[in-house]
Amino acid sequence: MRYLCLIYDAESKWTTMTPAETGAFMGEYGAFTENVKASGHYIGGNPLKPTSTATTVRVRSGKISTTDGPFAETKEQLGGYYLIEAKDLNDAIQVAARIPSARIGSIEVRPIMEMPHP
Amino acid sequence: MVNDATAVEARARAQIDELYRSESRRVLATLIRLLGDFDVAEEALHDAFAAAVERWPSEGPPQHPRAWLISTGRFKAIDRFRRQARFDASFAAVADRWEAAMPGSAFDSEAIEDDRLRLIFTCCHPALAADARIALTLREVCGLQTEEIARAFLVPAPTLAQRIVRAKDKIRAAGIPYQVPEMGDLPERLDTVLHVIYLVFNEGYAASSGASLTRHDLSTEAIRLARLVVELLAEPEAIGLLALMLLHDARRDARSDADGHIVLLDDQDRTRWNRAQIAEGQLLVEQALASRRFGPYTIQAAIAAVHAEAADPGATDWSQIVGLYDVLLRIDASPVIELNRAAAIAMRDGPEAGLALINAILARGDLVDYRLAHSARADLHRRLGEHAAAIAAYERALALTRQEPERQFIEQRLHQLRTSPRCPMPPA
Repeated sequence: MRYLCLIYDAESKWTTMTPAETGAFMGEYGAFTENVKASGHYIGGNPLKPTSTATTVRVRSGKISTTDGPFAETKEQLGGYYLIEAKDLNDAIQVAARIPSARIGSIEVRPIMEMPHP
Repeated sequence: MVNDATAVEARARAQIDELYRSESRRVLATLIRLLGDFDVAEEALHDAFAAAVERWPSEGPPQHPRAWLISTGRFKAIDRFRRQARFDASFAAVADRWEAAMPGSAFDSEAIEDDRLRLIFTCCHPALAADARIALTLREVCGLQTEEIARAFLVPAPTLAQRIVRAKDKIRAAGIPYQVPEMGDLPERLDTVLHVIYLVFNEGYAASSGASLTRHDLSTEAIRLARLVVELLAEPEAIGLLALMLLHDARRDARSDADGHIVLLDDQDRTRWNRAQIAEGQLLVEQALASRRFGPYTIQAAIAAVHAEAADPGATDWSQIVGLYDVLLRIDASPVIELNRAAAIAMRDGPEAGLALINAILARGDLVDYRLAHSARADLHRRLGEHAAAIAAYERALALTRQEPERQFIEQRLHQLRTSPRCPMPPA
């Protein structure tokens, strides 16, 4: 099954970390990504730019409206994702628990709804 | 001749009823593995028993009823899906998969025993909502009806049914596997299972009023569940939890009087305690302690065992109880355990010592809204003859309590304090 692991943590933490700490954390992410590629779990994944760069788009009565900022203001923000292939939810939980941000933020694990291919 | 035939039929029916009680959960657990879906397996289970009712009276029961029920249920499900395939081709693929996925070991008695554990661990999976785990476990593992569970938990039946439906949907959609966890995950996953059992027990045990017959059944059900877990997986904490529940449940009859009023431990008629159950609990505690891998349930059971050993309240070994609470605090620190330890200290060293500890907990801001903290304080003030302080603390406890028997108990204490002369009573 495919699962999307959504990484939520406080963006503000990046402003309080020293360059050395940031480097170490990014290093952990690099190692994790290599690890899940080697284990065959990895399908894709990316970090996102901060929510200050987000634009929320809606179409109402045929008109596009855009607002600055994310869909919802929350204490932890969506900061990136991994798309993984896992045997089942237990396997996916084991992978999600190894994402470095799981220790400071939270990972939401969502199964992908498989659509029939034409 | 007609009478003979009727008698044979009645015997067969009785055998099937008995078999349903003893085997239906095992058969269901295996059908879920073979068919991969709770709802399909439940339907297959009912089809299998319907087939038994139809055929056994005339053909005679099969040599291996359990295997017969499993394979009949499986064929009925395949059959059902083949018929559906005429309208929706995707059903054919599922039926093919089931027919193909039939390992030779499917009917091994070992595999079937494991299925019951698979079912328990799946129903108690931590990815399910906490209240759904309880409902699903009672429904699927214990075989209780949705209405029975709803009544026992005092929630509307449709609410409970919804919880079960949602949980089954999540198992299916999120890919929760039908598995016994691997060794590395086992301690954590077992904790979740034991916690479900403990909550079921408490739900039945905490309710002690006359109208709570169905709720007492929950305690019995929890004990049965724990026995099953211990039988399948002899882990020390599972044994400890079973012991804890047996020891508490042994006092059930003595815990309330004929009118449903609470009788405190000190005032209980100890001849009404279930001695056989206490003996079993004590044996299990020793077994769990000897493993040296025990946890909080085992220590709580050991505390209950010390109480059970005392022929009268005065003979209670309070030093040992305080010692056990010390151990418990080290592995599972919580304000409630501190409170219980304070009550034991009060018994060992006198009410002042206990009161000082409880006041320290409250001063920290912990347990301020916990009714039992205030009733414990009230009791210690009462024993010191400090009526005004006792009344104030009982009033605080009364404002926080929601249980009818508990409310009556506190009001009775308040009445005694308000009407008794204001001279200090000697400590009990």
